[in-house]
Amino acid sequence: MKRYFLSLVASMLLPGMAAVAQSVPEIRFDSDPGALKFPDNIHLGEAAGVATDSKGDIFVYTRTGHPTISIGTSRAFAHGGSRLFEFDRNGKFVREIGQGIYGFLVAQQVRVDPQDNIWVVDQMSNMVIKFDPSGQVQMLLGRKAEAERIPALPLNRPPGAPGGGGGGEGPPAPRGLPGAGAQSDIFQRPTDVAWDASGNIYVADGYGNARVAKFDRDGKFVKSWGSKGDAQSQFSTVHGIAIDAQGNVYVADSGNKRIQVFDPDGNFKTSISNVGSPSAICITPGGHQYLYSSNSNPPDDIDANGEIYKLELTGQIVGKFGRAGKAQKEFGTVNAVDCRNENELYVGEIGNWRVQKLTLHP
Amino acid sequence: MRRFLTCWCILVEALCANAAHAQMKATAQNVPEIPYESVRNFLKLPPNLYLGEAIGVATNSKGHVFVYTRSANTRLFEFDQNGKYVREVGEGLYGFEFAHSVRVDSEDNIWVVDEGSNLVIKFNPEGRVVMVLGHRPEVVAGATATAGGPAPPAEKYTFSRPTDVAWDPQGNIFVSDGYGNNRVVKYDKNGRFLKQVGSEKAGKEPGQFTLPHAIAVDGKGNVYVSDRGNNRTQVFDNDLNFKTAYENVGTAWTVCISPGPHQYLFTSNSNPNGNPPGSWDITGEIYKMELDGTVLGRFGHASKQLGGFQVVHMFDCRNPNEIIVAEIESWRVQKLMLKPAQTKISLAN
Repeated sequence: MKRYFLSLVASMLLPGMAAVAQSVPEIRFDSDPGALKFPDNIHLGEAAGVATDSKGDIFVYTRTGHPTISIGTSRAFAHGGSRLFEFDRNGKFVREIGQGIYGFLVAQQVRVDPQDNIWVVDQMSNMVIKFDPSGQVQMLLGRKAEAERIPALPLNRPPGAPGGGGGGEGPPAPRGLPGAGAQSDIFQRPTDVAWDASGNIYVADGYGNARVAKFDRDGKFVKSWGSKGDAQSQFSTVHGIAIDAQGNVYVADSGNKRIQVFDPDGNFKTSISNVGSPSAICITPGGHQYLYSSNSNPPDDIDANGEIYKLELTGQIVGKFGRAGKAQKEFGTVNAVDCRNENELYVGEIGNWRVQKLTLHP
Repeated sequence: MRRFLTCWCILVEALCANAAHAQMKATAQNVPEIPYESVRNFLKLPPNLYLGEAIGVATNSKGHVFVYTRSANTRLFEFDQNGKYVREVGEGLYGFEFAHSVRVDSEDNIWVVDEGSNLVIKFNPEGRVVMVLGHRPEVVAGATATAGGPAPPAEKYTFSRPTDVAWDPQGNIFVSDGYGNNRVVKYDKNGRFLKQVGSEKAGKEPGQFTLPHAIAVDGKGNVYVSDRGNNRTQVFDNDLNFKTAYENVGTAWTVCISPGPHQYLFTSNSNPNGNPPGSWDITGEIYKMELDGTVLGRFGHASKQLGGFQVVHMFDCRNPNEIIVAEIESWRVQKLMLKPAQTKISLAN
């Protein structure tokens, strides 16, 4: 029986995969209930993105309302619905960035690059927006659909069908493998962004497409890889992306319950599984890098999953912590993990409309 | 003529029943009238602030009044015990879409039920969100057509136009759910699903509902549900086993149970939206009852004037002689001073 089990596990593992099912150590942790202090009239909605900069300032990209639709002469237009807030390292509210900006519809992620630029990924405007540290827009990837179809077209239409992603009237879907997307910065519900040491930009794209798109530091399209499926280098919901110091690209392939690892040119290297469905991933900086991956619960069920794993970059599991729930130290559909400090994490939750500051005691 | 009227009423009832809004005359006989006065200009709104449909009203232990209202946007306002405006709670909140209920628990946490976003949201007394029940669907797929056909199976953590919330002394949470589903769900104090009674399907049997519209829990943990479409208040034990039903006080739009050692139950036979002919003659009053269903008295009547009610949606009864009433169609909140002497006389009955 034991041999059968082992061979079964082995058969499920891809070559080169290091993580092996075993009892995973629990990492003790605390959560600071007062990590962020809000002005009276500022409330988080679903806390889709959280990230810190080099000073320890905290950025939260949150769904504060649903976009409103206004009625034009012949088309309907979507406005607003998400906001970006900055807090200092003590949790004191500093400012709002991008108030009323064109591309903030449905918050998906915020990340801060090594130069402290703030990058926002919006799932409905299909845009990646780069703000410089002062909060000015510095670069844009993608374009918001001009107008919205009502009712929306079904998602995941066959290739070549008219209409764009995200319910909008975007550009026509490209002909090619499903999910492969266009060879451009036209996204379909993008989810995340990361950079390598040279400043090349990698966008996880996403819910609608199933690809990783690579751009140079100036935003010029380089290449993209992936399509919808469960084979090697295929994806089923690309939900997150992170890059290590060597430039290896870690892609949270959530629907396939694995993290696929690629070299900087998109060549498949290895795959990490047995950490559930990776929804939010993060790689620590420094000499010895670790990978965090959240097996987030579905937003409509707190009786399943919810734990966050700490791994070596090889995929070996160091430990795990937390579970789904609504109380302090429980997680409600974690959508973002910031791990600038290995043992001081910020997690953004969809289900609980909050950011928790966690201190790990490994 | 009388026959004609009867036929007409049957027709109207049939039409209304389709929309789960059947209205009926209370069958309780010889119910004493409880005298009362409506306080003039109770809520003092700042200029430029208006109530819309006054859907939810509740007080905290200090007597502060919370009003959850459908104005241009759904908003939650706080007033002090004298009706002076204090503040807005949850300004611009993600979950505020279409108000249905506000209640305040024994620790002065403020809970709202929103039937547009399908959420139950708990604020601490400072007005910060501390828990969310339910999940608002992501809008990223764009606007979709309103779903038709039968309701999909009710899920543990997803509501379908929920209506109200209540708690037992242990802090367990009870949600009436609602217009889409037809059930009551029990959660523990941390929001973990425990059990439900009813289902997504409407029904008339004990333990089934047709639009459970409001909910309250007494000091022993018994659960009272305004089963509006079935014109009754159903009573359950703490594990949601059916105990009894009160069916003689008209349509049960909303329910409130006063605190303290001797608890009273208030229920409203609200006049229907749209004021169909004759409806003002048979509906609009509020009943005061013992928890066992004994009717003690009634007060109020359908009217657009102060002191009358224009579709009572909810009321607060923290003080059983000071009832604060929210009305849908008069966009107002009234404070009613019941005359205690008369109340005592009716109690003696």
